[in-house]
Amino acid sequence: MSRPVKQNFIRPSHIEGFPVGPQFTAGHLADTNAGWRTFRPVVNHDTCIYCLRCYLVCPDGTIFKDNGKIAVDYDYCKGCGVCAHECPKNAIEMVKEQL
Amino acid sequence: MSSANTLTRITPKNITDQEFFYGHKACAGCGGSLAVRLALKVLGERTYAAFPAGCMAAVGFIYPQMAFTNNAIITTFPGVASMASGIAVGAKALGIQNFKTVAFAGDGGTADIGLQALSGMIDRGDDVLYICYDNEAYMNTGIQKSGLTPFGTQTTTTPAGKNIHGSKTQKKNLFEIIAAHDIPYAATASIGYPQDYIDKVQKAAQVKGPAFIHVYASCPTGWGTPTETSVEIAKEAVDCGLFFLAEYENGDYRLTRNPKQFASVADYLKKQGRFKHLSDADIASIEAHRDHKWERMRRMWNHQ
Ligand SMILES: Cc1ncc(C[n+]2csc(CCOP(=O)(O)OP(=O)(O)O)c2C)c(N)n1
Ligand code: SF4
Ligand code: SF4
Ligand code: SF4
Ligand SMILES: [Mg+2]
Repeated sequence: MSRPVKQNFIRPSHIEGFPVGPQFTAGHLADTNAGWRTFRPVVNHDTCIYCLRCYLVCPDGTIFKDNGKIAVDYDYCKGCGVCAHECPKNAIEMVKEQL
Repeated sequence: MSSANTLTRITPKNITDQEFFYGHKACAGCGGSLAVRLALKVLGERTYAAFPAGCMAAVGFIYPQMAFTNNAIITTFPGVASMASGIAVGAKALGIQNFKTVAFAGDGGTADIGLQALSGMIDRGDDVLYICYDNEAYMNTGIQKSGLTPFGTQTTTTPAGKNIHGSKTQKKNLFEIIAAHDIPYAATASIGYPQDYIDKVQKAAQVKGPAFIHVYASCPTGWGTPTETSVEIAKEAVDCGLFFLAEYENGDYRLTRNPKQFASVADYLKKQGRFKHLSDADIASIEAHRDHKWERMRRMWNHQ
């Protein structure tokens, strides 16, 4: 798996069940970041030239290559808009999230 | 040291799909998190990463969250270089092979409180890549001035008022301080020039011994900039000459970007909340300081 996914943290019932030390298992994500987003990046695959600029500059690494197409992990994208702003073809639109 | 051109250049096309800094809680558009993400993708899974107190530590290790998929640890604020040194020699003593140790620290953690440990790490020749992501203030504790905060910056400890217009001191010459150790490799970079940054990380990773990269990394929260312009503003800092791209290798300094003409300093400054208060005279003095620094760099450093 190239990206971690949300996992359930099973709260130990006894103190001995807690791992020792200040940090947990690598790549353990206890929740998502989707709720941070006001605008969602939507890729227009007709105008996208697959230059990978958006993939390069996403601070969260939530843009990924999906069989020759750009895809977004909406569980962890924060909607910062860097990808859309940097796209040379304006192929990413920031669309307001509906609550 | 093998030179970078004998290696396959890492680009967005061939860089690993794996993400090593993922699901973190950095603010949307955080430049520091992009600097960490890209460097770890270059260095790969067999990397021990050490983070002192600072934003990247605060957003990556929120128990039971662990946003790093490689081996990573939080260190004391002044001690990241000591911790990284210990990891590097400890892993070697255990017979572990084919690994890299990296330290990622903020401007405060590097140019102020962590400087002594970093100096020792370089002096001992420890096999560590040290990356300073420079957002020009102590961001994690709420935007206080650091030794890398430039003149005129509004922070909570250098407020802008009628008489004093933000920070009164100039940015320390961190790159030159590190180079003065005769370190095998040092470079400056900016997340606004991500491929150049990747190239430098790739080059630094080949060094067997200490290497250092000072990467300019925007902070929309502390700078008062829109989140979507984080990469653009870090590029503009270079284009207007307030940040420079350079390398120090085999005892020689080299500008890796030497613009014929600078973009407007005023345009760069006025886009940011932290510089909104600056007068024309302040901006003129910032430009004069820039010109003085560039005159010296161009005269003293051989460049392409
Ligand atoms: C000895 C010590 N002093 C102060 C602190 C509080 N502290 C934690 S992070 C931080 C600011 C870090 O600034 P910087 O290194 O620039 O990293 P940034 O937060 O900007 O990423 C401070 C002052 C601490 N953790 N330890
Ligand atoms: S930056 Fe734009 S054109 Fe390039 S890959 Fe991303 S969406 Fe496609
Ligand atoms: S909006 Fe920001 S976090 Fe989301 S995919 Fe684009 S660059 Fe990444
Ligand atoms: S305060 Fe700045 S450096 Fe810290 S996480 Fe937010 S954007 Fe990044
Ligand atoms: Mg900082």
